[in-house]
Amino acid sequence: MHHVTRRQLLTGLSAALVLAACAPAPTAAPTASAAKPTTTPVAAAATEIELYFPVAVGGPIAKIMDGYMERFNAVNPGIKAKAVFAGGYPDVLTKIQTTVQGGGKPPAVAVLLSTDLFTLLDADLIENLDPYLQKAGDAYVNDFFPAFMLNSKDDKGKVWGIPFQRSTPVMYYNKAQFKEVGLDPNNPPKNWTELADAAKKLTKPNGERWGLQIPSDGFPYWIFQAWPISLGKNVVGTEANKVFLNTAESTESLEYFVKLIKTDKVHPEGIIPWATTPDAFVAGKASMIIHTTGSLTNILGKFPNPADVGVAFIPGKNGFGAPTGGGNLYIFKGAPQDQKDAAWKLIQFLSQPEMAAEWSRDTGYIASRKSSYDTDLMKKLIAEKPQYGIARDQLQFAQKELTSHQGAEVQKIYGNAIQAAIEGKKAPKQALDEAQVTADKLLSQFK
Amino acid sequence: MISKLRSIVLGLALLAPSVFLLGAFTVWPVLQTIINSFFRRNAATRGQPVWDGLGNFTRLFEDDQFIKVLGNTLLLVLITVPISLVLAFLIAVLLNQKIRGIGWLRSGIFYPTVLPMVSAATIWLLLYNVDFGLINSVFRDLGGSPRNFLGTSTLVLPAICVMLIWKQTGFLMVFYLAGLQGLPTDVMEAARLDGAGRLQTLRHVSLPLLRGTTVFITTIAVTGAFQTVDQLYVMTQGGPNNASNLLLFNIYETNFRFQDTGSAYAQTTILLALLLIFTIINAVVSDRRSHDAT
Amino acid sequence: MMQPRSRDKTFGTALLLVIALVWSVPLLWAIALSLRPPGAPIAIGSSWWGGGLSLASFARALSAAPFETYYRNTLIVVAGILIIQLVTVTLAGFVFARVKFPGRELLFILFLMQLLVPTAALIIPNYSTIRSMGLYDTLPAIMMPFWASAFGTFLLRQTFRTVPLDYEDAARIDGATWWQTLWHVYLPPARPALTAFAVTSISSHWNDFLWPLVVTSSVSTRTITVGLASFTQMGESGAEWGLLMAGTLLVVWPLLVLFIVFQKQFVASFVSSGLK
Repeated sequence: MHHVTRRQLLTGLSAALVLAACAPAPTAAPTASAAKPTTTPVAAAATEIELYFPVAVGGPIAKIMDGYMERFNAVNPGIKAKAVFAGGYPDVLTKIQTTVQGGGKPPAVAVLLSTDLFTLLDADLIENLDPYLQKAGDAYVNDFFPAFMLNSKDDKGKVWGIPFQRSTPVMYYNKAQFKEVGLDPNNPPKNWTELADAAKKLTKPNGERWGLQIPSDGFPYWIFQAWPISLGKNVVGTEANKVFLNTAESTESLEYFVKLIKTDKVHPEGIIPWATTPDAFVAGKASMIIHTTGSLTNILGKFPNPADVGVAFIPGKNGFGAPTGGGNLYIFKGAPQDQKDAAWKLIQFLSQPEMAAEWSRDTGYIASRKSSYDTDLMKKLIAEKPQYGIARDQLQFAQKELTSHQGAEVQKIYGNAIQAAIEGKKAPKQALDEAQVTADKLLSQFK
Repeated sequence: MISKLRSIVLGLALLAPSVFLLGAFTVWPVLQTIINSFFRRNAATRGQPVWDGLGNFTRLFEDDQFIKVLGNTLLLVLITVPISLVLAFLIAVLLNQKIRGIGWLRSGIFYPTVLPMVSAATIWLLLYNVDFGLINSVFRDLGGSPRNFLGTSTLVLPAICVMLIWKQTGFLMVFYLAGLQGLPTDVMEAARLDGAGRLQTLRHVSLPLLRGTTVFITTIAVTGAFQTVDQLYVMTQGGPNNASNLLLFNIYETNFRFQDTGSAYAQTTILLALLLIFTIINAVVSDRRSHDAT
Repeated sequence: MMQPRSRDKTFGTALLLVIALVWSVPLLWAIALSLRPPGAPIAIGSSWWGGGLSLASFARALSAAPFETYYRNTLIVVAGILIIQLVTVTLAGFVFARVKFPGRELLFILFLMQLLVPTAALIIPNYSTIRSMGLYDTLPAIMMPFWASAFGTFLLRQTFRTVPLDYEDAARIDGATWWQTLWHVYLPPARPALTAFAVTSISSHWNDFLWPLVVTSSVSTRTITVGLASFTQMGESGAEWGLLMAGTLLVVWPLLVLFIVFQKQFVASFVSSGLK
């Protein structure tokens, strides 16, 4: 679970760090964004609710979140919402579990990983959101990008989480280096053959420059999932006790990855650190990288000439594909009913198109709703920096992030197999077959 | 003399705080660990303990990844302890002389002791970095190709060992230094008059006299090595593919990330057993050595 | 005889100098990185010199994380552990040195057990104990398992035993109570031992990481090492290395400065605490 945190922290905080230097947290409350009618009569005493929010340090993101709470409270006089910053994702989860097991009351609402769904269900912590969604109407739920909703639903299609800070991996490429070797900077590789060919042209000997760099430490399964998805077979389906790690599609993808390293030699050997991959790209040592959308703000801020930063869909064998990532909003079962209702209001407030757009601009996450991209704010951002639109466009090819019962452990099992193959310790097929056996054994406990 | 009854009351009263605390945070936890390791308890059992006999242990020993973790742990102990000890002794001998600026040299070697492991690991994380780390930039300047220390399964454990040796040698060295300074001067003088060279004196006189110190710091180094965990959290998270994973980090991960409390208890039992085995070996060996010496 | 000896000595000193330099490189490099101007990321230019010096990384580190809270928590934890330890260790050491009663040796085994089983190995059961006590995510949770110290008890027992029994008898004849005896007769000669114990306790608990990480979850209860670790996760974004090193040095400096100032005493106390 923690390895996911690194990515999530990165997604938000890397962007936030850059922001910390240049942009103040938004304070002015656009009243238009608070248009949701509040019909509840003002109660004598305000309902107090807490939103547990995963921020490891009290930085700029915390300030932004506090600002949102103030704006919510201003338009909802009967409610007093407060954000509690409880550390990284696993810290928030542990804190809630501990409170509930100790007989205490959980917070009304929290942001946790979308892939924590089955862990939360197994511990019986969260509230089903379907009744709320029925009241809100189809227009509301259908406005979320369908790819983001996939990790919100359990194996029976019930909805338990609302997308909030969501991301996806994309490919970054150096347009100047594309020109240098005679590649069309406006026509990035679209499939495996083109990817390998471009990478060969871009690679310089002795590790001076690599054509392609894909990070593989921490949570290697995430980016890698893009390829089985592009081949039409994701490693996870709707069931919570089944994963498909050793399918022909998964194996072929891993064989391709190994070929890029061992045969084509366009990708460095060994396990590539997530942390320094954007640096290698910025320093011109890697011409193409695959990384989270959350790094875009960071990369644009540091790149010598930001106009040379190309963003593209991840090339699959003969098409595109990508997993989603990031955190959802959950309501907790153990909270009193008035708090749960207030929490739902807060969720609706935070997921308004304008708010989602603002959150995207301020943090680098993808706005979770389609209509966010019709707001002036988002239109202006994409007009100025077209790179921000790519991740959204790629969502049409996106699928569910790997999740199941014991999700974090299954993610690690798959990641270990990928790492073993990259390093040449095991043949891709053997590594994946073994991973499948281990995962099956683990998941067989859950009927 | 105080009356017998009074000493019982007084003794018990004064020991009460310590006894209560040790009971609560050492004795009871050990019992709890052993008992709980016989129960399966994870998300599948909804966090409830279910009697499972030796199930946790069989599953662990059938799991290649756990065997790898155990092997890594033993390897780390076997690599870092002897090297640190030899280095510590060597440096202590070199430091055991009167030269100007010796205090600075001593500080330069001892200072890692006072750095929190997390801080030291953060620095080494960057030192080892494949693209921009200092070590690789030196490699490149010498005409070599960069090594992905923390991203290569054959290099990552040695890299962790080097860092650990750097961190603890100064600390261990101080005990040797104190031992050397406490050696009886007449014995040393006698050895010199006998015409023994410096190295001979060290080997045949100093080293045997420092046997007690050696036993003591071996204990410190070994228990320390078994508890290696902070640097994994910062530097590798146990990866790649568990190549740098060690027992205590695995326990942490199993319990707090995978919520498999039963297995975490069983692994703790194994860790306790290893510590016990080492203590016995150390006791037996040091006992025999002291007999040899007389 | 003389010449090889002095050649030995020169060679030894040179070797020592090399070792000390190699050993110091990580710290020096961390300082160099932390002082790089923010506009000169490590990715560009030399490893050591970023084309200028700047304290900007420190300013940003201080504003990016609540270091005051971290320092305060760490100070409370370190002091809270030490003060209670000094009491429990003195009392227990006194009993094992001078108060004889049946069953004492049995209790002694209890203390031995803590020496064999390091507290760090018991995070899982201790975590469960802390939770059932309702202390999860509080500062006392970080301190409690360390309030009794077998190591300190043994250290004090050894020291108290060196106090001649006559002194105690004399005090008793004067009508002193046990605590007056302890205070006036036993504690004064034990001062060096207590100092040594304090130094080891402070430096080891300043450095504690896994336990505070596990039993706390809020920014308000976070100690400095846990705060730094969350900082390293943030540094995963890459070239915020200057920031990361500045954060590291902010964690390291208090003990490092203390060490440099009291270098001799520091080393001496480690020795006297360990050898007994």
